[in-house]
Amino acid sequence: MDLIRLRNINKTYKNGVTAIYDLDLTIKKGEFVFIIGETGCGKSTLIKMLYREEKPSSGKIIVGGINVAKLRNGNVYKLRRKIGVVFQNFQLLPKLTAYENVAFALEVFGLPKDEIHKKVVKVLELVGLKNKAKHYPDQLSGGEQQRVAIARAIVNGPKLLICDEPTGNLDPKKSMEIMEVLEAINKLGTTILMVTHDIDIVKQMGKRVILLDSGQIVKDYEEGTYK
Amino acid sequence: MKALRIFSRNIRDSFKSVFRNFSLSIASISCITITLVVVALSIILSLNVNNFTKSIEGNVTIVAFINNDKDEKAIENIKQEIIKLDNVSEKNIEFKDKVEISKEMINDSEIIKGVMEDISTENTPVQNTFQVKVDKIVDIGKTAKAIGKIDGITNVKYGEEMIDQLVSVFTTVRKFCIYLLIALVIVTAFLIANTIKITIFSRKREIEIMRLVGASNTNIKIPFIMEGLFLGIIGSILPILLTIIGYQKIYQHFHGKMFTSFIKLVSPVPFVYYVSLVLLGIGMIVGMFGSWRAVKKYLKI
Repeated sequence: MDLIRLRNINKTYKNGVTAIYDLDLTIKKGEFVFIIGETGCGKSTLIKMLYREEKPSSGKIIVGGINVAKLRNGNVYKLRRKIGVVFQNFQLLPKLTAYENVAFALEVFGLPKDEIHKKVVKVLELVGLKNKAKHYPDQLSGGEQQRVAIARAIVNGPKLLICDEPTGNLDPKKSMEIMEVLEAINKLGTTILMVTHDIDIVKQMGKRVILLDSGQIVKDYEEGTYK
Repeated sequence: MKALRIFSRNIRDSFKSVFRNFSLSIASISCITITLVVVALSIILSLNVNNFTKSIEGNVTIVAFINNDKDEKAIENIKQEIIKLDNVSEKNIEFKDKVEISKEMINDSEIIKGVMEDISTENTPVQNTFQVKVDKIVDIGKTAKAIGKIDGITNVKYGEEMIDQLVSVFTTVRKFCIYLLIALVIVTAFLIANTIKITIFSRKREIEIMRLVGASNTNIKIPFIMEGLFLGIIGSILPILLTIIGYQKIYQHFHGKMFTSFIKLVSPVPFVYYVSLVLLGIGMIVGMFGSWRAVKKYLKI
């Protein structure tokens, strides 16, 4: 079953730059997909359109049954609750502990405290940070901060996890640890879409790979075919 | 239950946030405090000017001179005609008998006393009068003219030149005070909005993350608006204390009068409490407005 469906997507920014040109893409539930390409090829624009940080100039985007292109500003949160997003620079709140950063994502929905506690502990355990729950971001390594960010992104149980170069700031060892966490999350049924420049990781993981160039998909490698 | 949880979380978070971003909160609170002190001064000033002008206006009287050959019945008819006028109500008309006026004049001046002693009450040149106070001072000229046209009225006086000038000065002063107040409140609102905007700019990431994890715009806005409300309440404490204590001290110091016994100050109670309520209201509203305006900017895509 399709989780993401993009049809004839075009995106031209106000300054006249065309970032995405007539793009079609389908991603099924439970897939793990890498999006690769040179800087400026439209990778970030593509994923930003998926979580409605950007609007397409034309075309149709369906994510988890929601018509994203037609989604009104006031209803964006309905989409965001189905999606988790992880960034290269972690985007953690520095004045909150690891636990509080993750709990923050649940508190905004008004969940009861004990339910929040259960979920946060469970997800911190999944990313291997149960013993560092009370640490503040500046007391954690880059890899650990990214795990907190991943924990926060998945604590709601999203159908889709979008990762924008999550290993960009990490060394190869820490990067692989993050990939192991993502693989585990994927095995639990979450679809993962990851933008990366790290070709070694892409090769090692052996997943579906989409190669972008000048805002278009130039190659769609099926699982295990990217060498 | 869920809404209650979100609401109590919003209150807790906004309260925490005031202290967590202490230096920026202090900036916003100081801004609110300073501008509200200015607002308080202008409210107190304009209400006192208003009070002063009203008390003067209340004492302005039209004197309508009645032809001495009119009997009691004719005088009553004239009274009824005056009452019929728009700007006059029955309680504000007073009949003054020529004998009574003569006595007053004799008591007031030795020269008049000398002249009047030789004239009998019957032959006195003094006329019976109606002393009329008007409802709207602005229309006093029109009312005086209308009274002058009534049959049996020989002359009408109300100190035309001085009163017309006073009326135009008071109207200008009152308008000026109102415009000044409105302008001050608007400037305060934008000043506070901009200060809060800086506070919120430093929390842009927090808003972005809230949006990312699926908080609705309302969910995001409410804690910030509540925070603005807290800032407004805290910022209005000092101006309120200054108003309550300061005004009472000034009132006592001047014994309720400013410069002359002619200019009476508004009595402090309940005046200072009303002004305090207005200040608190302005503080709360502009605090919330400032936050709402600032956070709105980050909720657009």
